[in-house]
Amino acid sequence: MEIPYTTQPREDTGLYNAKLGIWLFLASEVMLFGALFSSYILLRVGAAEGAWPHGLMNIPIGTFNTVVLITSSVTVVLSWAALKLGNFKRYQKIQAVTVICALGFLGIKTTEYNEKFHHYEIWFNEPMTVAEHPNLMNQSFVEETTINKELIGTVPSLIGHLNYIDKDGEKHHAGIAWTLATLKEKEIEEIEFELDTFHYRIPARIQAQIKKSGKYDKGEHETIRVQVSDLRRMSAFVPAHSTFFAIYFTMTALHALHVLAGAIVIAYILWRNNKLWKRDPERYTNRVEVSGLFWHFVDLVWIFLFPILYLL
Amino acid sequence: MEEQSTFWQWQKDILSMPPLGSRHGDDVDVFIIYVHWLMLFLFVLWTAYFFYVLFRYNSRSNPKADPVGVRSHYSTYLEIGVAVVEAILLLAIAIPMWAKTVDDFPKDEDSTVMRLAAEQFTWGSRYTGKNGLFAKQDIRLATPENLLGYEANDPNGDASDDVTPPPKDVRVPLIALKDENGEPLKHPDGKQAYKPVIIHLTSKDVIHSLKVNTLRICQDAMPGMTIPIHFEPTVTGRYLITCAQLCGNGHASMNAWFSVVTEEEFDEWQAEYAPAKPGAAPISFE
Amino acid sequence: MQATTTEKTEHTEHHDHHHHDIGFLRSYVFSTDHKIIGIQYGVTALAFLLFGFFLVLLMRFQIGYPGETIPVVGGLLEKLLGDVAAEGKMQPDLYNAFGAMHGTIMVFLGVVPLAFAAFGNYVVPLQIGAIDMAFPRINMVSYQCYAAGGVIMFVSFFIPGGAAQAGWTSYSPLATVIPTNGQTFWILGMVMLITSSLLGSVNFIATIIQLRAPGMTWMRMPFFVWTQFITGFILLLAFPPLEAASVMQLMDRLFDTSFYLPSGLVLSGQPVTQISGGGSPLLWQHLFWFLGHPEVYVLILPAMGVVAEVLACNARRPLWGYRSLVYSVLAVGFISFIVWAHHMYVTGMGTKISTFFQTTTMIISIPSVIILTCLFISLWGGSIRFNTPMCFALAFLPMFGIGGLTGLPLGFNFADLLLHDSYYVIAHFHYVVAPGTIFGLLAGVYFWYPKMTGRLMNEALGQVHFWASLIFMNLIFMPMFAQGMAGMSRRMSDGGAVYAAQAEGMVNEGVIGALSASVIEWNKSITFAACGLMIAQIPFIINFFWSMNNGRKATDNPWNATTLDWQTPTPPPHGNFDKPIAAYRGPYEYSQEGHPTDFTPQNQPDPVKS
Ligand code: HEA
Ligand code: HEA
Ligand code: CUA
Ligand SMILES: [Cu+2]
Repeated sequence: MEIPYTTQPREDTGLYNAKLGIWLFLASEVMLFGALFSSYILLRVGAAEGAWPHGLMNIPIGTFNTVVLITSSVTVVLSWAALKLGNFKRYQKIQAVTVICALGFLGIKTTEYNEKFHHYEIWFNEPMTVAEHPNLMNQSFVEETTINKELIGTVPSLIGHLNYIDKDGEKHHAGIAWTLATLKEKEIEEIEFELDTFHYRIPARIQAQIKKSGKYDKGEHETIRVQVSDLRRMSAFVPAHSTFFAIYFTMTALHALHVLAGAIVIAYILWRNNKLWKRDPERYTNRVEVSGLFWHFVDLVWIFLFPILYLL
Repeated sequence: MEEQSTFWQWQKDILSMPPLGSRHGDDVDVFIIYVHWLMLFLFVLWTAYFFYVLFRYNSRSNPKADPVGVRSHYSTYLEIGVAVVEAILLLAIAIPMWAKTVDDFPKDEDSTVMRLAAEQFTWGSRYTGKNGLFAKQDIRLATPENLLGYEANDPNGDASDDVTPPPKDVRVPLIALKDENGEPLKHPDGKQAYKPVIIHLTSKDVIHSLKVNTLRICQDAMPGMTIPIHFEPTVTGRYLITCAQLCGNGHASMNAWFSVVTEEEFDEWQAEYAPAKPGAAPISFE
Repeated sequence: MQATTTEKTEHTEHHDHHHHDIGFLRSYVFSTDHKIIGIQYGVTALAFLLFGFFLVLLMRFQIGYPGETIPVVGGLLEKLLGDVAAEGKMQPDLYNAFGAMHGTIMVFLGVVPLAFAAFGNYVVPLQIGAIDMAFPRINMVSYQCYAAGGVIMFVSFFIPGGAAQAGWTSYSPLATVIPTNGQTFWILGMVMLITSSLLGSVNFIATIIQLRAPGMTWMRMPFFVWTQFITGFILLLAFPPLEAASVMQLMDRLFDTSFYLPSGLVLSGQPVTQISGGGSPLLWQHLFWFLGHPEVYVLILPAMGVVAEVLACNARRPLWGYRSLVYSVLAVGFISFIVWAHHMYVTGMGTKISTFFQTTTMIISIPSVIILTCLFISLWGGSIRFNTPMCFALAFLPMFGIGGLTGLPLGFNFADLLLHDSYYVIAHFHYVVAPGTIFGLLAGVYFWYPKMTGRLMNEALGQVHFWASLIFMNLIFMPMFAQGMAGMSRRMSDGGAVYAAQAEGMVNEGVIGALSASVIEWNKSITFAACGLMIAQIPFIINFFWSMNNGRKATDNPWNATTLDWQTPTPPPHGNFDKPIAAYRGPYEYSQEGHPTDFTPQNQPDPVKS
């Protein structure tokens, strides 16, 4: 007994079952991501002034990844078109590009995540003053620009790489996603913070001044030593860092799972499902079409994610 | 309790409503009573119909069913009727009343202003003292000794005479208002006007809810938000505060007293706890 | 359940040869046949209903007799669960865990799987003349997800700390800061259950759109199919936001994010500085109720569908106002998405927003009134048979009526000032879900049982079950309206002991508005009634299992019904119909003029030849 309309469209609806199924499924996906987008808006609108980080994302990499994903959307269509014309070889070649793009996207995303996990932000108990951290003064750019005591005194937090000093006074790199609790657990009393000068929480006006002064050097990492007891909070750029990173990681990870799932399905159809093509080409083509619809949706989500997370 | 016509009181008793101690509560009650009349009307109508049908059209009394059935349009009229009554209740009572309760805040200087902070599982109040000002508050300053983050040496507000009574004991004065001539001030409906109370409600930990049935108030206390509510008490008495939002294992015991007392009693009581030591915010005694 | 029957009907040979060499696992556990899956769902869901009822029975004991040792099972509880049931007494943690899990189990593991998945799976393909669901394998996975979710929820009772304790609504920050991992289990369980409903709803909608038999036009679909169709859409679109919300709550619990945690939390006397803050507790509430409200229509619509089928069949006349019924469920489906914030009136909502939600809440009550009116009027002119399914279906009407009507005052935020979080709310929604939905579903069980098993359930036991249930249900829930109006709050783990103490001590202290002793006395009588209700289920359980082998044999169409589900062999073979099936007429052609019988099946071609 065959269930009707698995391959041929039903006349009055013009759809075969799987196509209708995937549309319905995508409708629910719209609600899923819709809820997350709404949460993003609510969290952002409700954020206290200055609490929403800006400029911490790597825009060039994000842009490149966007291009990668859009390319895969094009190849998905082209490969399906090739199948429709009966050109299986061509389909295979083009669809392989789709899978490669998907993996590329995931790889790039992984390095992006990794970079974030290794950056830290520290918040001080008291507003930090230059006097307490004289080595900050040594930074060449601070000396020669209008950045003065007053400015650094109002910097509530610093961003950079974290090293710690163990009991023997030796320096080690910190692990991933440590918090103050980790430091306390390891009985670490002093840390060395390699400042990421580009990511100072400095008002844009003054950042511009730094840049104009020509003294700004991205490669240069000044370090300061800080007593752990002076810290109020410490967090790597992990979900717990702020509501921004919470929603950033949740949405991009959920999206990456979708990319992964889509890639697996597409690859499965491509490399393990070929007997179906010989037996029932139409059904095979339908499968490719349905997976392609899903793939377009996944791309579309990214098209929305990229601007709200990287640009705005 | 204010004297009410016996008919109103009877209706409230039938519904087993608690006694009433606030001005807007009267509207709440009247409204609930109206809605229940509507419900009763529909219920009786349909039940009567229902039993008639069950009796008249059971297979013994009516062996052959009639495929057409009801031909009249009474049911449509009934449906329209329900819609109309609901619309009236909504437009004429519910919406304007809510607007009044939420939006028409009395001025601070004409009211008893207080802050109320909920926490697992108690309620702590803070009053301005004589100067009408609260110390400035910033939750980031909170320490175990200063849980609500009141600024100790706040130059603007004046912490020196803020009053911080022990938890679970909330009191407000009942002050009958007078007009310029010293005559009792009346509301347009002829009832005595009392000094309104404004409560700035917040929570330190999870969501709680301030519910005082006698006053017909119910407002969630949200951490991270301070929500003002206002009402006009009309009788003195000790009322029960219950927490109306599940907040943990002590939720059931998170009750407290909300007392509406005479002005003299209130002043005496305030004097007892003023001035608060800086930062002596209400903390749990449990 | 019996998949084959030795009954010698003309169809016997036909369905016997479908069952030969499929192994037990394939035919009963990993089956892709919609009927088997429906039965799997049904039995699991009934078991969970019973379990949820046990939980609440223990809670009722605590409410009636605060702090006393639970009789009979107290010792067992202590052994199983440890400290939370020390000395067989119910500690607050346990009460809260039972409360949260009663709500969760009843709603997500009991009623939805029974009403939507079980009846929908079994009946919908039959009623539209399909041989199976559109995606049989997805259907199987859907059940497995449900079972996994159920296991996760069940296991959470026995982990250290116990099951979730933040209510079925799981409000953050409480749900985030509660130490027990039961809360995490709850979230994971919900994710499984949501996935299951999602797969189910895609399948149902696709089946109804694609696999209708020739001639089964939209306006010839039985009303039950319509309700399942709309329910499918509600599940499809309303559940994902809860899934998103659950993921965020999981992040809050496991990765210390602050989606629902505002800045400036002070937990048990210590300011919390290690989280970022900046989140919003209201966000959870909005996302939860965006599902939560449509969910209540998921609970009621299938029951309404069942009731409509049973009613039309046993009144022996067509449903009155079929079209209005269809348009009304459509309207309910749409509007149910825009009323959610009526659960949040006291969160500090501004006038504009609350006006919007009050208005939509009133608007959604209109289609409900129309549905009820149509069902009531369908009885007029009928020739009513009072068999057990019909009794349950009839009782549904006034019971849902009471529950629905008492939703009206709650729908106005002004009245909510007194009624919110009181037992009035408990009474309101139990009237719609317990004597409402549960009765509707029981009607369905009695009604389709013969189709599923080939045997009828016992009438006498059925009548006992019905009358006892009806009486006890009302004895349980009617007094709760008065308790709630008098100001008794729900979710009190001491069962109102504090109230009682105050009622005694207070009178001389000039306390106003404390609960009177008589209101508290009700707690005891309600608890007794709940025990009575439990006992009243015994005839049902006996009947259910006994009749499988010993009930009176059923013909293919024992109720002389018109819809296609009754035009198959009993029980239907794999593939459902032994001949090509088509619909030639509307679903409820009962007692039509000029027809030889008082029912004309949908697949009876015109003109009728006798
Ligand atoms: C199946 C479930 C179901 C259904 C159908 C409904 C239906 C309705 N509900 Fe209910 N509701 C719940 C389940 C349900 N509810 C649950 C579970 C909660 C609590 C959640 C929690 O907090 O834990 C709740 C809570 C709840 C609240 C929040 C209360 C609070 O927390 O303060 C509100 C407020 O507006 C409300 C309103 C309504 C309204 C207006 C309807 C309307 O749709 C009703 C329309 C129906 C009618 C108007 C009846 C028409 C009938 C007739 C006219 C015939 C009468 C005939 C006779 C009586 C013989 N409900
Ligand atoms: C569908 C939903 C549903 C159903 C059916 C019920 C059914 C019942 N509920 Fe429940 N209830 C809730 C949903 C439901 N409840 C929710 C959501 C809450 C709020 C939780 C919270 O606060 O977070 C709640 C809370 C709640 C409370 C308040 C607790 C508190 O606030 O402290 C009480 C108190 O009496 C209660 C009682 C009952 C009773 C006596 C029944 C009875 O009607 C039970 C009747 C059950 C049956 C009749 C079972 C029939 C099935 C069988 C007999 C199976 C047979 C099996 C086989 C044949 C295999 N419920
Ligand atoms: Cu506080 Cu419940
Ligand atoms: Cu609702």
